[in-house]
This record gives sequence, C-alpha cells and structure tokens, in this order.
Amino acid sequence: MFDFLEGYDLLGAFWTTVQLTVLSAVGSLIWGTLLAAMRVGPVPLMRGFGTAYVNIVRNIPLTVIILFTSLGLSQTLGVNLGADEVDSINFRLAVLGLILYTSAFVCEALRSGINTVPVGQAEAARAIGLSFSQVLGLVVLPQAFRSSVAPLANVLIALTKNTTVAAAIGVAEAALLMKEMIENEAALLLIAAIFAFGFVCLTLPTGLILGWVGKKVAVKR
Amino acid sequence: MSSVLYDAQGPRAKRRNVLLTAVFLVALAALLWWVYRALDEKGQLEWAKWEMFFTGTEAWSTYIWPGLKNTLTAAALSVLIALPLGAVLGISRLSDHVWIRVPAAIVVEFFRAIPVLVLMIFGLALFAEYTDVSSDDRPLYAVITGLVLYNASVLAEIVRAGILALPKGQSEAAMAIGMRKGQVMRVILLPQAVTTMLPAIVSQLVVIVKDTALGGAVLTFSELLAAASTMSAYYGANTIASFTVVAVIFIAINFALTSFASWLERRLRRAKKSTGAVLTADDNQPNAGATTGAF
Repeated sequence: MFDFLEGYDLLGAFWTTVQLTVLSAVGSLIWGTLLAAMRVGPVPLMRGFGTAYVNIVRNIPLTVIILFTSLGLSQTLGVNLGADEVDSINFRLAVLGLILYTSAFVCEALRSGINTVPVGQAEAARAIGLSFSQVLGLVVLPQAFRSSVAPLANVLIALTKNTTVAAAIGVAEAALLMKEMIENEAALLLIAAIFAFGFVCLTLPTGLILGWVGKKVAVKR
Repeated sequence: MSSVLYDAQGPRAKRRNVLLTAVFLVALAALLWWVYRALDEKGQLEWAKWEMFFTGTEAWSTYIWPGLKNTLTAAALSVLIALPLGAVLGISRLSDHVWIRVPAAIVVEFFRAIPVLVLMIFGLALFAEYTDVSSDDRPLYAVITGLVLYNASVLAEIVRAGILALPKGQSEAAMAIGMRKGQVMRVILLPQAVTTMLPAIVSQLVVIVKDTALGGAVLTFSELLAAASTMSAYYGANTIASFTVVAVIFIAINFALTSFASWLERRLRRAKKSTGAVLTADDNQPNAGATTGAF
C-alpha cells in the first residue's frame, strides 16, 4: 500500500519544514522583541518606525514577501545571503522572508502581553528609580513574556504552517514534495492523508504543550 | 512625552533620546542608501522600468486589473461560502448532542491544523481527478476550496466564541419564557453574537485576501501576484517596480479592511446597548495567527 513512498524523502522534507520553523521562530522572536521595545519606547522616531513596520508588513501577503526575496533580492539585486548553491540560497531567503513577516506578529503578541502587566508594576519600578530599559528588561518584559506564551504559541503554529509558502521559491519542504508526489503518483487521497497527518503531528502538540506551559507560567492575578 | 513605562524626561534623558534618534536615523539612512545603491546599480530605478504604471493604462488594464479582479473574486466567493459553513460548524460545536458536537470539533481542529497551501494543492488534484472542471477554472476552484475549508473552521471558532461571550442570562431568560433550543439560538443568541463578532470576521477577510496570493505563486491562478511576475517578464525585468505596485495594492486593500475592523470594534465597544464582550481580532483565532487577522 505504501510502495509509492519509495524514492521520496518524506522525512527529509518534513525535517526541512522543522528547520525552517525553528530558525524563523528564533529570528522573529529576536526581531519581534526589538520591534515591540521600539513601539513602547520613549524615542518618537523608533516608535514611528515600529508602528509603520508592523502595519505595512502584516498587510502584505507572506507569499509576496517570499517571492520577492527570491525574484527581487536574489535574482535582481544579487543578494544571496552568503550562500553559493541554489538550494541553500533559497532556504536562507525563505528564512529571511519568514522572519521579516512573523516578527510583526511576534511584536503584536508581545505588546498585548505588555498590556496585561498591571500599571502598578511599571509605576513601582519607576518609583525606585529604574530607567526605561531597566523597567522594560527587569520588570515588565519578564512578566509580559509569561502571559504572551499563549499568543506566541499561536504565532508559532501559524509559522509552522506558513513555512509551506517556501514551496513557492522551490525550497524542498513538505508542501513541495506533496505537489511533486501528487503529480507523479496515483494515490491522491493517501498522499494527502500522509501530509495532513504530518502537519497535524507538528501543529497539534505545539498548541497543546505550549497551551499547558502558558497556563503554568502565566502570572496569576 | 511620557507613558507608564518611562518618566517625564529631564535634560539627561532628553539628550540621550536625541542621541538615540540620531543613531537610529543614521542606521536607517545607511539601510536606505544601501537599498538605493543596489537598485541603482542594477538599473531598477530607471524611468523606463516604472513609466508603464504612470503613463498609459496598458499595464493596469492588461495585467493589474484582471489580476485584482481574480483576487477579489476568489476572496469574495470564499467568504460567502465559508461564512454559513463556519456558522453551522460553530453552532454544531455548541450542540447538546455528542454525535454532533464531536465530529464538528474534529473537523474544525483538523482543518485549522493544516496549511492552506496543502489544502489548495490537494483541491487542485482533486478537481483534476474526480470532476470535469476545465483546467482553466481548476486553480480558482482549488483556491476557493482551500480557503473555504480553512476559513470556515476559523470562522466556526469565532462564532462559537461570540456566542459563548454572551451573558448566560440571555439564553436562560429565553428558555424561561418557553422558547425551544433552536429558537433561543436563532432569535436571541445569534443576532447579538453577530454584532460582537463583526470586527473579528472583518479581520479574517484580511487573511483571506492575503492567502489568495498562494494560488498565484503555486497553483498558476492568475491573480494579482501572478500579474506581477507576468508584468516583469513582459516589460523587461522590472521586478522591483512590479512587486512594489502589487504590494502597495495589497497593503491598501488590507489596511482599509484592518482600519474598518478596528473602527467597528471601537464603535461596538462604545455602544452602551451591547451585551457581550466585543471579539477583537486578537481573540479566538488561534491558528489564524495573532493580531488583526493575520496569517
């Protein structure tokens, strides 16, 4: 029944999906946190930049961004992110696109987390003379992160699913393999079931585990 | 300028802010300069690569408008099909009967866990194999199938959350005056829930519009993004110009939708009459991704 699987690197494709997810998650967590800090900070120019970035990026389709990294950045402007062969260039470009896109949502998730921290916390921190970076870094963000676990988990799940968009620029991840297999093999429903199962395995546990962690670490108020 | 997070600024803080602004400005300028140099070096800023968008209507009437029309058609049809389907699924999840509740829950959780692109690729093959839809129409059908399956499940969660957010007294009072379950839902709960759900539904539109672009990139559906690729081939590698124009159109549409959603939300919050909580874009669309619609 599963003979047709021979000759296809199913696990390899899902491994690429996982790699895309993890690298983009780390990158967008860093860039998203910086954006959130800019948006709540005291420097008007940075606030404006953060707001503009988030509003522009989350209104562009991810597909446009990813396709642009390949057609625009790489093929037109020659930006290859330090890679030589086509496969790794496309992989890095996809990660770049995913980071640029996802960080806007990380920023918003963190900002909603910052809003859950009671005003008194920041006021008390200021009252004992902490500077803005200390208020944010020592008092507000640690609490904000803890109550942002649930929204961040949603962003991570969405990111896992969004890695399939990398198929548009030929990164050999799960959706591309699925397309290839459907074109070459007859077992349409079986192939679809396998890939659906693969993604359910990736996203459902993430949601369940992080949902549990989120409840566990959230500051009880 | 001060906020909860920082004090009103004294002379030292003001000096530091000016310094930070200057550093940030320099970094931003350096980035823009680098982009400008890169574009200039490859000749992407030449007027010849941009003029078709400003002089004459050929680019608009041949490429952009048909593409935009397909994008909007796919999005509109998806919403029209997904909304009733989502409502049915959402209400089924609240049913008293296990044999309705559980299957509805499985369907919703399943389709929310799977990427839209996978659903679209599957849809394309499905229409090719089991129906006689002509191959020109297949991409449109596949895009709509993928979008409907995914967004119906997301909308189902929005509907469910909207109904659950209503005060319990509403259904209790309705039952106390002798209404049947169906009546309570139809006459009392749904009309109230619809208003609270509106902002979340409108921001889901943004997700749908954005996801139609997947069809252009992977399924040969000739929507707006596909128009950019065709244009840059036809007009001689004006990739940057074509993508910029297409991105601006997407941003304009989605920004209008996002603003409309937050305007609705503010309005509903202000209205004293409203009973339940207003569903913002942030709540209740877990897999759809965070804020204002989103992924």
